[in-house]
Amino acid sequence: MSKKQLHIVEVAYRATLEEQDDPIVWLCHAMRGAGAELDLVLSGNAVAYGVREQGVAPLEIGRRRQQQAPDLTADLQRILARQVACYYVEEDAAERGIDADSLLDGLVPVSRAKLATLFAGYDQVHRW
Amino acid sequence: MKTTLTFALMDPPFESARSATAFRLIDRALRRGHDVNVFAYEGAVSLSFAAQKAHPNSVHGTNVEEEDHPLTRDWVAALHDAAAERGAQLHWVNCGLCVDERGANESIPGPRRGSPADFARFIEESNNTLVIPTGE
Repeated sequence: MSKKQLHIVEVAYRATLEEQDDPIVWLCHAMRGAGAELDLVLSGNAVAYGVREQGVAPLEIGRRRQQQAPDLTADLQRILARQVACYYVEEDAAERGIDADSLLDGLVPVSRAKLATLFAGYDQVHRW
Repeated sequence: MKTTLTFALMDPPFESARSATAFRLIDRALRRGHDVNVFAYEGAVSLSFAAQKAHPNSVHGTNVEEEDHPLTRDWVAALHDAAAERGAQLHWVNCGLCVDERGANESIPGPRRGSPADFARFIEESNNTLVIPTGE
């Protein structure tokens, strides 16, 4: 496949407990597996996906305990391992008190001012 | 030159005006003779769910016929009819896993079950793609 796609996750934690992942990160995984050339930008609250020290306790509703809680950080590590570039908007991280040191290795900061330049390197930009 | 457009939809029926906007955009594209691909992701797989039923509205004081409640499955069918009338192609793919987790297996004729690989192919084969995601 030749069209290079950039997917921007802007709405974060969209049904992550129910879906056990972020549906757009998942979609990117699946499309990458199908041969798509794509990269990812975490913006807004989605920058928190990259924080290393985080965990989600399994959801328990009544006597039903969900064993496989979402692990967004591990999902990012997996997509990084598939040669998908993962950017995060550094101002969005700073506004939320997220230091670069607390983020996964391999995530690439991009400033808001440089987003347009980043977009120019792709055939299509999909904002989710 | 014929244009092919891809739309990725995410909203479930009866939740957001984004779905109606998407239908209007797809309708316009088909009326102009363009080919359209739709990848229905997450709740959008229910847009074509065959078991949708119209209802009366006691607040309006209308029965089922008078209320003429719009069903998204009917709009999806209408889009397929519009494509056929115009000689355009409408390929509507429902994400299969999204269908399974919602039990929305019964689709009206037209849409088919697929996967993100279909979306990747649609992107590749289209002139452009518009993502209409669920909001906050």
